[in-house]
Amino acid sequence: MTEQQLISTIQKTELPSKAAEMFKQGFRLVYVCCTPGDPLEITYSFDKDYQLFSFRIMVPRAEAVIPSITGSYFCALTYENEMQDLFGIKVENLAVDFKGNFYKLQVKTPYKDAGLAQPKADTGAQQK
Amino acid sequence: MSTATETKPKRTIIPFGPQHPVLPEPIHLDLVLEDEKVVEVIPSIGFIHRGLEKLVEKKDFQEMTYVAERICGICSCIHGHSYCEAIENVMNVQVPERAKYLRVFWDELSRIHSHILWAGLFADSFGFESLFMHSWRIREKILDIVEETTGGRVIFGYCKIGGTRRDIANGRLKSIVTELKAIEKECHSITDVFEKDYSVKKRTKGIGMLSKDDAVKLGAVGPMVRASGIASDARKLGYAAYGNLTWELITESGCDCHARLMVRCREIYQAFDLAYQAADKMPDGPVEIKVTGNPTGEFAARLEQPRGEVIYYVKGNGTKNLVRFRVRTPTFANIPPLLKALEGCELPDVPVIVLTIDPCISCAER
Repeated sequence: MTEQQLISTIQKTELPSKAAEMFKQGFRLVYVCCTPGDPLEITYSFDKDYQLFSFRIMVPRAEAVIPSITGSYFCALTYENEMQDLFGIKVENLAVDFKGNFYKLQVKTPYKDAGLAQPKADTGAQQK
Repeated sequence: MSTATETKPKRTIIPFGPQHPVLPEPIHLDLVLEDEKVVEVIPSIGFIHRGLEKLVEKKDFQEMTYVAERICGICSCIHGHSYCEAIENVMNVQVPERAKYLRVFWDELSRIHSHILWAGLFADSFGFESLFMHSWRIREKILDIVEETTGGRVIFGYCKIGGTRRDIANGRLKSIVTELKAIEKECHSITDVFEKDYSVKKRTKGIGMLSKDDAVKLGAVGPMVRASGIASDARKLGYAAYGNLTWELITESGCDCHARLMVRCREIYQAFDLAYQAADKMPDGPVEIKVTGNPTGEFAARLEQPRGEVIYYVKGNGTKNLVRFRVRTPTFANIPPLLKALEGCELPDVPVIVLTIDPCISCAER
């Protein structure tokens, strides 16, 4: 299987309008994926006629606030609530907001600091 | 005597789950009722969130195959297969042809046993106990074949990055096909009842409607979307050996519980046929190749589980641990369509409608 998967990086402010455009064209929301790190990498994938097309936004960890796409794709509520719970991202204008209680977690926002480990600095020059 | 202002019906909230006789796994629904009619549903999941995706920080990409197989106890083999497909795409691994056909063969056996298991549970949801027992009796025979060929009944463990861990001798493959043909004949004894029985029709026809439009808008997958008249099946992407087999998509236009039932019943026979084709066309040769190095890059593998399309997104940075391992299961995608299908139904129909998405909550929460 060698499937072409197109990913286009956009600004987060463009996201609701891009999602509305995809909805009008009859694309199905396939999944939303957040990859930990700084910046966070959030990918929204859509499908039509077996062609996967994705939008990607890069969100600095310090400003982890993104707009919701539930205005176009109501079904995104599960993905967006999941991101709030696991990554501590604030999703604005969510159609149904579980406010961080979608999952019953023992450790709150477990992915919040994941992927931030930096390589150890060389000894010597940087040490006082 | 009429009054000037109409009285709004009083609303009651009935909690459904997380423990309920029809639910093998916990999901909670707050059913907002007006009299006996459901007008709104508020879901609540997360009772068994295990954080399996986060295990990539501790397990290397080879070990994650075992984790993937343990996401679900029913379609575990397709979970393992999906993960391997994703990694193989990232690492550009060319899987031997025989392994591709073996993957199809075991995946289709998995589909048969999963659909029959579901059919039994579905019969149980509307009180047809004998149909439940007959369904599971037949399923047992499929599991015996799986156990003999893979060594497992729940976790098949046949898939590995670069091929399969096991092979089936050509002679044995032929005799398995003969056994499967006998089981296929036996399946008619249950699917005929599901299709024609008065009481089954009474409890499923016109119940839990999900229009074609709503199915697309709400991102439904698998038999749920195909029962709303949409031809969508990830196997048409041609992964493994599916691109070399002849088969047509199964759809129904009823958009109700009966349509979802019929899609699964017909898919049982289609799965038998695909298994026969895979056995017939299986080339000789090795079943695995050695894979070296670590994955660099990203890929979202899309495969068709019995419940629908599953997504395995993996991203590697050249180290043995993946940066991201993301699984979107069909049940997770089918929760919003379920809420729509429940709207407007009568309270006694709720268990029947919930069962028609074939809910696997362990899968959904990972």
